[in-house]
Amino acid sequence: MPRHVRTMAALAVLPLAALAACSGGDSGSGSDAAPAGDTLSYWLWDTNQLGAYQACADAFTEESGVSVKIEQYGWDDYWSSLTNNFVAGNAPDVFTNHLSQYPQFAAQDQLLDLSEQVAADGVDLDQYQDGLADLWVDQEGARYGLPKDWDTIAIFYNSTMLADAGLTPEEMSVLEWNPTDGGTYEAAIASLTVDANGVHGDEPGFDKDDVEVYGLALAGAGGAFGQTEWSMYAMSNGFEYSDQNPWGTRFGYDSPEFQEALTWWRSLIEKGYMPSFEIATSGVSIMETYGAGKAAMVTEGSWNTNAYMTLEGVETAIAPTPVGPTGERASLFNGLADSVWAGTDNPDAAWQWVSFLGSADCQDIVAEQAVVFPAVQSSLDKAVEAFEAKGYDVAPFTVHVEEGTTHLAPIAENWAELNSLVTAAGERFLSFQRDADVYSEANAQVNALFE
Amino acid sequence: MSTTVTPSRPGPAPGLPRAGRTAQRRRGQRSRSDLLPALLFVGPATIGFLVFYVWPALRGVYYSFTDFSVLSPPTWVGTENYQDLIQDELVWNAFGVTAQYVLINIGAQTVLSLGLAVLMHRLTTSMAVRGALLLPFLVANVVVALTWFWMLDYQIGIVNGGLDWLGMDRIAFFGDSQWAIPTIAMINVWRHMGYTALLIFAGLQTIPTHLYEAASLDGSGEVRSFFTITLPLLRPVLAMVLVITVTGSFQIFDTVAVTTAGGPVNATRVVYYYIYELAFVRFDFGYASAISVVLFLVLASVAFAQIKLLRAGESDLS
Repeated sequence: MPRHVRTMAALAVLPLAALAACSGGDSGSGSDAAPAGDTLSYWLWDTNQLGAYQACADAFTEESGVSVKIEQYGWDDYWSSLTNNFVAGNAPDVFTNHLSQYPQFAAQDQLLDLSEQVAADGVDLDQYQDGLADLWVDQEGARYGLPKDWDTIAIFYNSTMLADAGLTPEEMSVLEWNPTDGGTYEAAIASLTVDANGVHGDEPGFDKDDVEVYGLALAGAGGAFGQTEWSMYAMSNGFEYSDQNPWGTRFGYDSPEFQEALTWWRSLIEKGYMPSFEIATSGVSIMETYGAGKAAMVTEGSWNTNAYMTLEGVETAIAPTPVGPTGERASLFNGLADSVWAGTDNPDAAWQWVSFLGSADCQDIVAEQAVVFPAVQSSLDKAVEAFEAKGYDVAPFTVHVEEGTTHLAPIAENWAELNSLVTAAGERFLSFQRDADVYSEANAQVNALFE
Repeated sequence: MSTTVTPSRPGPAPGLPRAGRTAQRRRGQRSRSDLLPALLFVGPATIGFLVFYVWPALRGVYYSFTDFSVLSPPTWVGTENYQDLIQDELVWNAFGVTAQYVLINIGAQTVLSLGLAVLMHRLTTSMAVRGALLLPFLVANVVVALTWFWMLDYQIGIVNGGLDWLGMDRIAFFGDSQWAIPTIAMINVWRHMGYTALLIFAGLQTIPTHLYEAASLDGSGEVRSFFTITLPLLRPVLAMVLVITVTGSFQIFDTVAVTTAGGPVNATRVVYYYIYELAFVRFDFGYASAISVVLFLVLASVAFAQIKLLRAGESDLS
């Protein structure tokens, strides 16, 4: 799950000044325009993106005469509030949706099937990055969203510590990894680790029981997704989550590719290069740990770029995830989309808003804010430029798209049960209560969910 | 926490005539005229009780016999949820973990607050000092949990920094399964002990001071007076305090939700948190309701046992 924010999210509700907009004008969308003066409610969870989508909403109101009222809830509150409002019949007309959540909502008939509107308006699904649009189509062919952004994984590292360890940013960009000896990737982690006496992890006399700075931070066991925890190792070792994606029914947590990669990952704890599971789960969050200079490297998602780059007291740069035994890098390719609630009073206006959010017009606006990578291909360059203008080199995130090493995020039914089974196994594994075979047991239980 | 209001019944009027039609009629008129104001006073609370407690509770019991995912109507499954529950290791784990929490939480809290209350009673009359004890209780639960979560962080927390400085090993307070429940229990002791002490303090003030004077004349020291006068006479108040705090303690949720989220592995997956996960994360409201019903029965029996064992209804005073 991408937004690990544990803090109680402040409930920030930002009502948009509902000004009766001027003329409908020459709206580009061919379908019958909704009557001016309508108001749509729209929900999202990321405060960082609020400004960008507010700008989109203003542009949309200008064009269509429909005003949009944006509400923002923190990630933790978002899904329970949404569910409660489904039940109460008060849900937002349009809301930001997540791949791990939408199959459940679709199964409960809460989402409007948009396939007819997409066909009628002739929305060009090829304008999106490869595969993103397909993630929102269920097994019966119903479409539940239009893509708005995407994210990949990269490494944020502390530049000062890198120099102390005698490494260069060039070396960081060509790291290789394998499950046997960890390759140059493990060597880099080792030399970035420093014990209380100032001895680096690759030097003689290193005390692995009294580590001051860990080479690599640990967020947790990663559940069934492992997006920022282990997915880049497992997938660059040939692991596939399931037999097909989306809607797989046989899972791969019992495969040697998966278990080798995770056993190597856990070995970093034994070597003292990564904090133990106990330490990791006793910590506030890896961003604070990293920000306090207690870890030199963090594997994280592109959505946190601004948060990491603006941390005070540490100088941060970004490196791509390492090349694995398959000869390629690997990153999960996850994307958000906007969905329409089935109970909306105003399906036409809601569709127009979704369609605008998924258009190059809106995504160019979002791109200029340099917060996320837009789903529309033509908007990507604008986003990269905007990040560069801030002084951030985001190539380590986009390299996956350029080299075709993205792997679409797994989508399956029963995800909540599946995730809790694999999470329990992962926590036992990572805390050394069990070896990797615990994942095989969980995998059997997972497969049984689909029989 | 809740308070019970016993509506006072009008006692027999003084000088009640033995018989006679007129007297009877007059009594009847009196009752009728009392009834309306009585209903008026009890009414609002009763409506609230029915609408917000009884009706949801009955619905909960009904849902516990169904398969219910909120967004589609419930389907009757009989006792299936209860049969699953007996075989669910996580339910047993949840009750075990919760029991461990309650023991540590209530044990430490009762002893500490009793001590505090006696100190307040015997040593100080300063309102400022007494008021200060309440301060932790005035801070929201979630804020308390988050503050301690930061302070107890393994790598950057001030407590571990202190341990380090003293030359002791750092402790993974929330990440070590041995430490997680005691840590959460003690955080809540810290927050609630002042409040509990205040309740006990109120009980202490009902004990007549002449008993202490008499005891000290007979040569009884502070310690002996405490065990032979204070504790026995405090029993009804202590029983009430225990019923309230134990019931509240079983319902631990927020501290877990903010800090460990049930982990590591299942070490802090307390009953309420497990119910919450089943209902709001996995949408298994039927099964979650069944566990809630079991928790309700457990709490009711615990409270009943406490009241009976501690003879809460009678006082040794007089």
